[in-house]
Amino acid sequence: MIEVRFFARLRDQLGCDAISIESVEQDSVTLVRERLVAEHPDWREPLSQSGVLFAVNHALVKSDHVVKDGDEVAFMPPVTGG
Amino acid sequence: MISVQREPFDVAHEYKQLTGGDVESGAAVFFVGRVRARNDGRRVSGLSLEHYPGMTEKALEAIVSDARERWPLERVRVIHRVGPMALGEEIVFVGVTSSHRDASFQAAEFIMDYLKNRAPFWKQEQTEEGPTWVEAKAKDHEALGRWQ
Repeated sequence: MIEVRFFARLRDQLGCDAISIESVEQDSVTLVRERLVAEHPDWREPLSQSGVLFAVNHALVKSDHVVKDGDEVAFMPPVTGG
Repeated sequence: MISVQREPFDVAHEYKQLTGGDVESGAAVFFVGRVRARNDGRRVSGLSLEHYPGMTEKALEAIVSDARERWPLERVRVIHRVGPMALGEEIVFVGVTSSHRDASFQAAEFIMDYLKNRAPFWKQEQTEEGPTWVEAKAKDHEALGRWQ
């Protein structure tokens, strides 16, 4: 399984802070997003917004990053700390 | 040293901790970010900061480690608060010491620029229209250009 987490504005837009999904062969952040959108069509727009950041196991990655069983994947809006 | 905490911090105390017992550093630079009453023309009455526990600390450590590779630094202290904050309260402290001032000035700016683009914090302002997530600013992203 893959644990998927959402933060801040994105979490509010989706109405969901975390969800578990099955992993697949040769998985990636992009494929995780596609499976989420297939399950929840109204998530397509929020998850495709420009500037959305991706993290795998607490490190920022690009959307083609490999995802393995047991990984934690996060979708985050642009950060605004400081 | 890095701290992500809900509690307020005392700037005078942090400065003393940063410099105490260090006779090698001729320069100490610190930046303090505060909650202000106005943002993008809206009146703000308070702030709440969310973060990604577990990732936040790692992101800040990576930024400090990058800064240490670029400049000869003695001490680095980063504190970032999370949770609710009132107007005028301190949000972030970045303190750096080094032999000479150039390294401290530049490293403090570098750490803040990367913190604002790479560390998973999100501000939500309390406004007259209710809680509002703060929009990321293009100029914060452009600021990274000078370090590349």
